[in-house]
Amino acid sequence: MFTITGKRQLSAEVYRIEVEAPLIARQRQAGQFVIVQTDIEWGERIPLTIADADPAAGTISLIFQTVGASTHRLADLAVGSGIPAVLGPLGNPTHIDKFGKVVCVGGGIGVAPMHPIAQALKRAGNHVTIIIGARNRELIIMEEEMGTIADDLIVVTDDGSYGRKALVTEPLKELCQMDPKPDLVVAIGPPIMMKFCAETTRPFGVHTLASLNTIMIDGTGMCGGCRVEVAGATKFVCVDGPEFDAHLVDWNSMMSRLRAYKSAEDSAHAAVHAEGGCRLDQVVADLKKGGL
Amino acid sequence: MLSNAEILRDPSSLGPRERMAIAVQDMPCQEPAIRATNMEEVALGYSEEQARLEAARCLQCKTAPCIAGCPVGIDIPGFLAETVVGRYAEAAAIIRLTNLLPAICGRVCPQEVQCQAPCTLGKALKSVDKAVQIGRLERFVADREREAIAGGAVVAAVSLAPATGKRVAVVGSGPAGLTVAADVRRAGHEVVIFEAFQKVGGVMVYGIPEFRLPKAIVREEAAKLEAMGVRFELNTLVGRTRPLQALLDEEGFDAVFVGVGAGLPKFMNIPGEILVGVFSANEYLTRANLMKAWDRQKAATPLYPSQRVAVLGGGNVAMDAARMALRLGAAEVHVLYRRTRAEMPARAEEVGHAMEEGIQFQFLTNPVEIYGNGEGRVAGVVAQAYQLGEPDESGRRRPVAIPGSERKQDFDTVIVALGNESNPLLAKTTPGLKVDKWSHILVDGEQRTSMDRIWAGGDIVLGAATVILAMGEGRRAAVSINRFLAG
Repeated sequence: MFTITGKRQLSAEVYRIEVEAPLIARQRQAGQFVIVQTDIEWGERIPLTIADADPAAGTISLIFQTVGASTHRLADLAVGSGIPAVLGPLGNPTHIDKFGKVVCVGGGIGVAPMHPIAQALKRAGNHVTIIIGARNRELIIMEEEMGTIADDLIVVTDDGSYGRKALVTEPLKELCQMDPKPDLVVAIGPPIMMKFCAETTRPFGVHTLASLNTIMIDGTGMCGGCRVEVAGATKFVCVDGPEFDAHLVDWNSMMSRLRAYKSAEDSAHAAVHAEGGCRLDQVVADLKKGGL
Repeated sequence: MLSNAEILRDPSSLGPRERMAIAVQDMPCQEPAIRATNMEEVALGYSEEQARLEAARCLQCKTAPCIAGCPVGIDIPGFLAETVVGRYAEAAAIIRLTNLLPAICGRVCPQEVQCQAPCTLGKALKSVDKAVQIGRLERFVADREREAIAGGAVVAAVSLAPATGKRVAVVGSGPAGLTVAADVRRAGHEVVIFEAFQKVGGVMVYGIPEFRLPKAIVREEAAKLEAMGVRFELNTLVGRTRPLQALLDEEGFDAVFVGVGAGLPKFMNIPGEILVGVFSANEYLTRANLMKAWDRQKAATPLYPSQRVAVLGGGNVAMDAARMALRLGAAEVHVLYRRTRAEMPARAEEVGHAMEEGIQFQFLTNPVEIYGNGEGRVAGVVAQAYQLGEPDESGRRRPVAIPGSERKQDFDTVIVALGNESNPLLAKTTPGLKVDKWSHILVDGEQRTSMDRIWAGGDIVLGAATVILAMGEGRRAAVSINRFLAG
């Protein structure tokens, strides 16, 4: 059992829990994730990113949004109770180096896995600009933690209820237009956001990494459920990733695979949401018209 | 012709001609139409009379070529001689001298290419199908022992050598790992098994379906190891949760055995494999077996709603996936295999069972493309016809594509069962561990790797093989580890 030692509700749908997992706390590096299962017999194995770790206390911090049955069950667990299975740290750590000027873009819950990456990039001596985005004020998380890391922190909301009223791609584009332009962009968030971050930086030739959160079962390279197409080749997110060159990822097939288990009705629902992405399509079209 | 009663009255008096005249005992099975709708075991096991009659067929020939045909060298004539006179506990004890997992091997070994292939009786009757049904008898004896234990019988505890104070880490709890654990523990060493999944058993729990290998058997075997003092640490991925070298350098283990199994599922690298509805057999079976997604009421892990399923491949895993798809409600399941039935690597009994259940086989057929429905989901495959040409290195006739034979077929699900590449994780996180170009760990004749005090065996060395071959490697590694620790 992996005991929950702390729990905080960050917003209506977002929780942060501290979990006793001394080996993972000691081994984990920025960019890695765990697989969690709340019921050994009947539960689902779900990948969750590691937001933080305290090796001395032997705990890791997981931040998750309640989207399905399994995340709801996880959210229902009280402090002191245990999670029967936590496997990790999984995936390749982020390649940390002194790149120079780095922009970290975290959308929604994607801010959580961005936290250790931004922290490591800052420690390596980079100038770190952090863009945090969410649909509204309520869904902005970890602003304070990111503020202590960032040289510049930009907060945007879709509806303008907090920070600047914009999509993350708008300040990202402005940063790309500056001289010097960023040496590296790391984007973590909903796939549609990562896709459009890639489209935003592509014309500027700015190297852009995205961290993918696909459907997985074992997380160790055995099932292949997490596969994505990167530069035309099949890659496994769990052992080849989770980070890939965002300009080379086939985002459309990745998003369609994420919807694999939605019923036809849910798919229609997802399609409507994707039209929210069409707003981004429009933005990119506008950007292009603007003479990119 | 002797009656069954006459045969069994004094089997030791039977001459070779009388033994040869006894009919092969068929395995009782669930009716195909019924079993295709449930997860229960298909083969029901011999009755006592059947078992004794089948054992009476053994000629007890002096050469016993069956023993050499068994990867772990079971004294087969010995256990059959006990079985024929109804001394099942003694028969089980003989098997257990060399095979820790008889209830499992009796069910999943490809006996027709191992112990039963060279059987003198089969040769005399000019058909391997007429060899003594050793696998079914192994299962019978093991099941009698299980029933006895469940009924409260006390089976003599495995004797352990005095504690040596030496510690052995076993990475992976599949057939190779469990075998090493038992053999090393018997020599008095402390054993800890590390398993990445939430349950013990490796491929025996995630891969092989319940209808072929009931999971209760795997649990019983794990419990026996625990009773011997073997400790399990689940949810531990060596190479990530604990670095391999750290087991030796920091955690005080004196030796490590790596039996992590095959890894990355192979795909065909044809257009359309990224479509939703294309699964590796590993994923499909893991969802159904380990995650129990077949129980739609209780399981949280979702299943894809498949109606027309194409399974690509001709091995045991392909048979398991096809038969599972049928049980999960598919209306039609087709196996596409580019050679013919004769070349199929699957266990003959599984192919027969699959055919009885209504799985459709398209031999000499190989897909060249998977096409979508325009919304990212599978709509079918374009398959090409093949013919058999000259034999290749494996001795099997090489399939040759017939140009212009491409044909579209509608499917909503494609399951790829073409074997596995090795998982690169350990090699990647362990500098100094030598692997071949397929990431299989390189070992010597004693299963020693390129690294000091680290042994390896099973599918991570062999590529995708069988339970019994993995056990054979485990046994060889354990001998070497025990010798090293004694020295």
